[in-house]
Amino acid sequence: MLSVLLRQARRILLTVLLGGLLGATLVRLGPGFGVDERELDNRLSAESQQSIRREHARENNVALFYVRYLGGFLRGDLGFSRSLNRPVAELLRQRLPLTLESLGYGVCGGAGLGLLLALLTVWWRAPGSALAPALLSGVCLAMPAAVIALLFLWMGAASRWAIALVVFPHVYRYAKNQLVATAQSPHVVAAEAKGLSSWRVLWAHVFTPAAPQLAALAGISVSLAFGASIPIEVICDTPGVGQLAWRAAMDRDLTLLVTITVLVALMTLVVNSLADLGLAAWKNSAPPADAGSAVA
Amino acid sequence: MSLKQKIALAILGVAVAASLGAGYLAQSSYSEQFREAISVPPSARFWLGTDELGRDRFARLLYGTRVSLLLAPAAALLATIIAAVIGGAAGYLGGRWERLVTAGVDLFLSLPWLFLLLAVRALLPLNTSPVISVIITFLLLGCLGWAGPARLIRAGTRTLVNSDFLVQASASGISRWRLFWRHLLPNLRPILLAQFWVSIPLFILSEANLGLLGLGVSEPLPSWGSMLRELENYSAVLQNPWMLVPVILLVAVVGCLQLLLGTEERLSC
Repeated sequence: MLSVLLRQARRILLTVLLGGLLGATLVRLGPGFGVDERELDNRLSAESQQSIRREHARENNVALFYVRYLGGFLRGDLGFSRSLNRPVAELLRQRLPLTLESLGYGVCGGAGLGLLLALLTVWWRAPGSALAPALLSGVCLAMPAAVIALLFLWMGAASRWAIALVVFPHVYRYAKNQLVATAQSPHVVAAEAKGLSSWRVLWAHVFTPAAPQLAALAGISVSLAFGASIPIEVICDTPGVGQLAWRAAMDRDLTLLVTITVLVALMTLVVNSLADLGLAAWKNSAPPADAGSAVA
Repeated sequence: MSLKQKIALAILGVAVAASLGAGYLAQSSYSEQFREAISVPPSARFWLGTDELGRDRFARLLYGTRVSLLLAPAAALLATIIAAVIGGAAGYLGGRWERLVTAGVDLFLSLPWLFLLLAVRALLPLNTSPVISVIITFLLLGCLGWAGPARLIRAGTRTLVNSDFLVQASASGISRWRLFWRHLLPNLRPILLAQFWVSIPLFILSEANLGLLGLGVSEPLPSWGSMLRELENYSAVLQNPWMLVPVILLVAVVGCLQLLLGTEERLSC
């Protein structure tokens, strides 16, 4: 188990470091990098303009910038945002709680709704019962996140629930397929034949065995929710990390963009790895398939 | 092909045909401005009304549909080809190539799709001509959208590589190149088709989101994303829902139909 944990940690660290370097390289190679409108300000003295140029020159070598950035990162110094004129750590401290709260509500709300509708679809087997949830999930899936955000804005609802509507169809479709497949397995047919109540069969014999696979959705849900939070926070003018990511990209703010890239990659990989580890632990602890059928 | 797929394809075919016949169906160009008819509601002359610059919304919707509906499949095709080559080669060659590709895929997938797209798009020139902006937007979608499909194609290739017919073909002395192109890739067709269909609605939505954030197709060329940008003026849209209901409905219906096609294709493979 320890070796698996170490391997996962090494993979996360390498991917995050590479992601940060890739982000920094892309920003450095992007046209317009290093152009600062302050250099056109006639009120600034020659020394001040020299100082601005020196400031940019330090970012010209990506490798050097990245090594210096990582050194600061390890000391807790995330650098200074040129476009917002404030330390990156301060910006994140202010905005991260808001985004994390939105993501929490969005992921829990979306996953909860998706799972609930998937369970109801499997439980209520009347013809056409899956039509309404399938339609709802199809419409949510076919709508751009920004349009969903605007609909919520019009209705005066909190934008975090817009994130839930983006996450919901992905969870619903995967969970429904998983639960339907489990519901058709022999042990469920045997449980129904023994006269167990439909709720008991659904909970104990369909949902519980499928739960670890469903937990794997956590990783993809967090990634989806963060992706959706960018247009949603921009449209709803919510001062979160999603909006900050948009500002960083638009203003080509190297330090800010690299920090957000590292942060987002780290968050996604950690949640994915936790889901993978949970699934692996469950597989190791579960009795072999033959033993289950023998008991049945 | 199932009945549902046939119906979905027929409706999409009508939408594509209407967009291709925009020159005949629309009474004006997408950029022609009628200064005497600014923000007018639907009428016999302007079927969907005009925007705040006096441009015919119906003409813009048809031309925008052409841009979104024809270029998203092109981007999906590019992404699928890149994924087939990278994922297929990784699964076929195995070893360090497979590890390298897996690391690259992990790197791409560790960042949310829209964040990656936004960051890379913002780094490219923004003040370009409309045609260049269309090319940049959809080329970017194609070049960045390969990672997810590549992972599935690699897994599919690994399964095929160990199958009896490939082992037998290999044992009979066929070259590795011929084995890959003549025996492996054709058998990956169901996965490739499914990935192609699944990518189209994803790319249409991504273009719409980019357009809404001001990073999509440049004006005056219309696309669904740039048309949806008017949603920002939500008080005006709330008073005059006819402004954007057609484009929202079209995006939702086309997205649903594409999803239906993708789902059916995925289930059949």
